[in-house]
Amino acid sequence: MTANELNAFEDEINAFVGREVCPPTPAKDDVNTAMIRQWTEIIGDTNPAYTNEAWAAKSTRGKSIAPPAMMYVWGQEGFAVTTGRPADAQADLVSLFNKHGYTGVLGTNVKQEYFKEVSPNDNVVMEMVIDNISERKTTGRGPGYFFETLSTFTNQHGEKIGTQRFKVLKFIPQEQPAAAAAEDTLQVPTRIASPRGHDNKWWWDACDAGKVLIQRCKNCQTLRHPPRPMCGECQSMEWDSIESTLDGEVLSHTELHHPKIPGYQYPLVCAVIRLGEGTNIVSNVVGCDPSAVHIGMRVKGKVEQVDEKTMLPQFYPA
Amino acid sequence: MVANVKDKAVIVGIGNTKFSKESGVSELSLAVQAVKAAIDDAGLKPSDIDGMATFTMDTNDEIEVARALGVGELTFYGRSHYGGGAATSCLHQATMAVATGMAETVVVYRALNGRSGHRFSGGVAGDITTSDAIHWGWYMPYGLLTPASWVAMFTERWMHNTGVTKDALFEVAHSTRVYGANNPAAFFYGRHFDRAEYDAARTIASPLQLFDCCQESDGGSAVIVTTPERARDLKQPAVSVRGVAQCAADNQEQMTSFYREEFAGIPEMERAAENVYAMSGLTVDDIDAAVIYDAFSPIVLWQLEAWGFCGNGESGDFVLDGALRTDGRLPTNTHGGQLSEAYIHGVNGIVEATRLVRGTSVNQPAKDVNHALVTSGVGIPTGGAILGKMN
Repeated sequence: MTANELNAFEDEINAFVGREVCPPTPAKDDVNTAMIRQWTEIIGDTNPAYTNEAWAAKSTRGKSIAPPAMMYVWGQEGFAVTTGRPADAQADLVSLFNKHGYTGVLGTNVKQEYFKEVSPNDNVVMEMVIDNISERKTTGRGPGYFFETLSTFTNQHGEKIGTQRFKVLKFIPQEQPAAAAAEDTLQVPTRIASPRGHDNKWWWDACDAGKVLIQRCKNCQTLRHPPRPMCGECQSMEWDSIESTLDGEVLSHTELHHPKIPGYQYPLVCAVIRLGEGTNIVSNVVGCDPSAVHIGMRVKGKVEQVDEKTMLPQFYPA
Repeated sequence: MVANVKDKAVIVGIGNTKFSKESGVSELSLAVQAVKAAIDDAGLKPSDIDGMATFTMDTNDEIEVARALGVGELTFYGRSHYGGGAATSCLHQATMAVATGMAETVVVYRALNGRSGHRFSGGVAGDITTSDAIHWGWYMPYGLLTPASWVAMFTERWMHNTGVTKDALFEVAHSTRVYGANNPAAFFYGRHFDRAEYDAARTIASPLQLFDCCQESDGGSAVIVTTPERARDLKQPAVSVRGVAQCAADNQEQMTSFYREEFAGIPEMERAAENVYAMSGLTVDDIDAAVIYDAFSPIVLWQLEAWGFCGNGESGDFVLDGALRTDGRLPTNTHGGQLSEAYIHGVNGIVEATRLVRGTSVNQPAKDVNHALVTSGVGIPTGGAILGKMN
């Protein structure tokens, strides 16, 4: 494709931004307990606010509600789609991509936001537009474009109950060897790494090599952590370090429940640990039930690979 | 040495935008709406403003706010750092500017789309090598990256040291929400809340559960500070800044001061309180009501101790006696606080403390409020102020 052809193609796809995929359309069936029950069974959600009428009647809402995540369910066509979907702007956009070789498709993510609850006998009205199309991207799957639809859901009174953004990658599939290589580079989220600068890179480099070091003032021998460029006791900028034995005691701890951050494994316990050398460090306590972690607990650490990219000290019950 | 700016600056205007979860407008729009509301409340014109003070975290440049409002020339603009620690620090900046004559009329503002835009609960992350990012780097890899998780770490140890239980955390969460339920501007307006709901709510970072945590809100708040002389011509009774202070204590980190010999405490607020008392010539007994920064319920308890309303470790009993309620020793967070009105980084608290002294809170206590305390966020460099009636 020449630059001019590419520009023309991009003009053509960008003309879809803002186009309506479906006008406000009431769901064929009202919100109902049978569908809620089946959905929650399959998902394994036992929240009584959805399925226990007696409990819900006594709750602050006074009635049961539908799981907010079901919002998109109510407007689904059902069996009829097996014989094809009617043409709409999204279908036209997809065939335009296909015609130009962007035949690959990958649903990349869905983001829902909820504003209002619905209960049995309410009706959910859905409308959808093509919200945005990215610039051309080079992805592990091949070159392509991300497009995002925005669905807005309202109840029968016209009150907004939520929105859903659905992002799709349309791409030119790569030759097999390249695709296989791309497969290898598909990113699995890892823990958020510390940035490394002058004052801390040496510490993290040592951690990568399996050691936890503690900075020591060369002049007055005071240990300090986290590392910093000057000794607060004697203002010396000369320092070396010692290796910690990672014998420690828990000074405080918290179990992280919400939000769950991609790249971290839960249950997850963080703790402030006083090391035998006298300095404190924040780390994870692993190898026991989170409820067993307590202030005063003796722990022993070792540096471990916790994911594909990350080496970290992890502390176990001593 | 304690600088003395007592009664050299007064609050003459207050303004809030509507608080919501989705403002649908820019943060700049919220900022100018809040500032305009404060200007109108004071009976001033935009061109009367010659100084501005806001947070380093605020995205609204002073010059953009000035241009949008038609303020014209500014001769003072100063920003305060450290998240919610900046709330009364902005008042501190404004007071110093007015007291020294650097400016005559300074507006303090803070506006954010804290729910529909960047959410604090999403946690810190980053690949920029600043000293701040390197600081968060000691916590991010372990998953300790949200405000709730940092405060939880302090809370667990503080409860362990003092024996204070969740009964006291609930009392803070509940008394505040009772006020919020009666405030039409509050997210919790008209909402029932009880212990069963508190206990049943999900854990965010143990021991903190959902209702120990503040809102994430869209909105803006502003207050206008000027000289007592200028205030005489204006619409509202002036509310005087009796004393204001900020403090970063020894071995301070931002939300993670875990390296002190005993880290379950807020020495920075103790020192700020000492300076405010010295500056104002007042004691704890002179304070009739308070707006205490409540990003999380336990931090209210620590501040009650730091300001001397009770002894160390006694704040649990203090609040369980009903002290924070409308007929209690210290009606606190009468707007519903950030737990239930809105999280505007404490500046909506300065608005409410001003109302308490004016006598116009939606939950105004029956007793005279001659002096109200207002504080900034803790766990970070922080501060506070005592506001009082003009003599």
